[in-house]
Amino acid sequence: MNEAEAARVKEHVRVYVMVFVALGVLTIVTVAISYLHLPTGWAITVAMVVATVKAGLVAGYFMHLISEEKVILWLLLLCAAFVFSVFAGPLGTETGIGPLWPLPN
Amino acid sequence: MSEIVIPYRVEPHPLTGVTSGKLGIWLFLASEVMLFGAIFSSYVLLRVGAAGVNWPTGVEAGLNVPIGTFNTIVLITSSITMVMSWASLKMGNLGGFKRYMSWTIVLGTAFLVVKGFEYSAKFHHGIFPSTGWPEATDPSMFYALYFTVTGLHGLHVLLGVIANLWLLIWGVRMYQTEPERFTGRIEISGLYWHFVDLVWIFVFPVLYLL
Repeated sequence: MNEAEAARVKEHVRVYVMVFVALGVLTIVTVAISYLHLPTGWAITVAMVVATVKAGLVAGYFMHLISEEKVILWLLLLCAAFVFSVFAGPLGTETGIGPLWPLPN
Repeated sequence: MSEIVIPYRVEPHPLTGVTSGKLGIWLFLASEVMLFGAIFSSYVLLRVGAAGVNWPTGVEAGLNVPIGTFNTIVLITSSITMVMSWASLKMGNLGGFKRYMSWTIVLGTAFLVVKGFEYSAKFHHGIFPSTGWPEATDPSMFYALYFTVTGLHGLHVLLGVIANLWLLIWGVRMYQTEPERFTGRIEISGLYWHFVDLVWIFVFPVLYLL
C-alpha cells in the first residue's frame, strides 16, 4: 500500500470515531425528543431533521461522499431528483394543491 | 478461450475517476434509494391519507423503543467497525481488518437476532402484517408497513452479513496476491453496509417514535 495514503487514512480514523460518537449522541437526542410529546407536525420535523443530519454524517464520512468524485455526486443528485418526484405526488395531493401531474385511473 | 477481464478494477477510470466496482455499487445504491424512497413515499401517502387519530404511534402499536434504540446503536457501531476494517487494510494491517470485520458480522447478526425476537413477540400476540389497528374506523396499514419496511431492511442486513462473512473467510485470500483489489472490495462492501445503516436511521424514528 502507498505509505502516504496509509498516513492519510490514519488521520481519518480520529474523524471516524468522532462521527461515531456524534451518531450515538444524536440517537439519544432523537429518542429524548420523542418523550417531549411535541405536536405531530413538530415531532415529525425535528425527528426528520435529526435523522437527516445523522444520514449526512454516515454518507459524508463513512461513505466518503465528502471527498468523492463528481460523477458519483451527479449520480446521487439525479437520484435525489427522482426521489423528490416520488414524494411530491402524495404530498401535493394531501396539501390540497393536487397531484403534480394527472394520475391514470 | 481467453479470459474476459473487467477493466479498471484497481486503477480509476480516466473519465469517471473511480474504479468499475465503485461505480457499479453506487449505481446499485441509487436503485436502492429509489426502492426505499418508494416505500417511504407509500408510508407518507397512507399515513396522511388516514385520519390522524386512527394512526397508532410506534409505542401505541406495541413497538419497544428501548429495543429499537439498542438496535440503532448496534447498527451504528457496526458501521464504524466496517469503516475501521477498510482503514486497517489501507494501513496494511490484515489482523486489524479481520478483527473489525468479525465485529461487524457479530453486530449485524445481533441486530437480526434482536429483530427476530421482536417479530416473535408480535406473532405470539397474534400480530401479523394483515393485522388491522383495532382503534381505527378504517383498517390501519401500520403493521403491514412495519413488517414490509423492517422485513426488507432485515433482508438487506442478512445479505450484508453473508457478503462480509464470505470476504472474511474466503475472499481474504485475494489479499496475498492483489491487496489493493481486495481493499477495493472491502470499500464496496462497506458502502453497501453503511447504506443499510443509513436506511435504519430513517426507519427507526418513522416507525418507532412518530
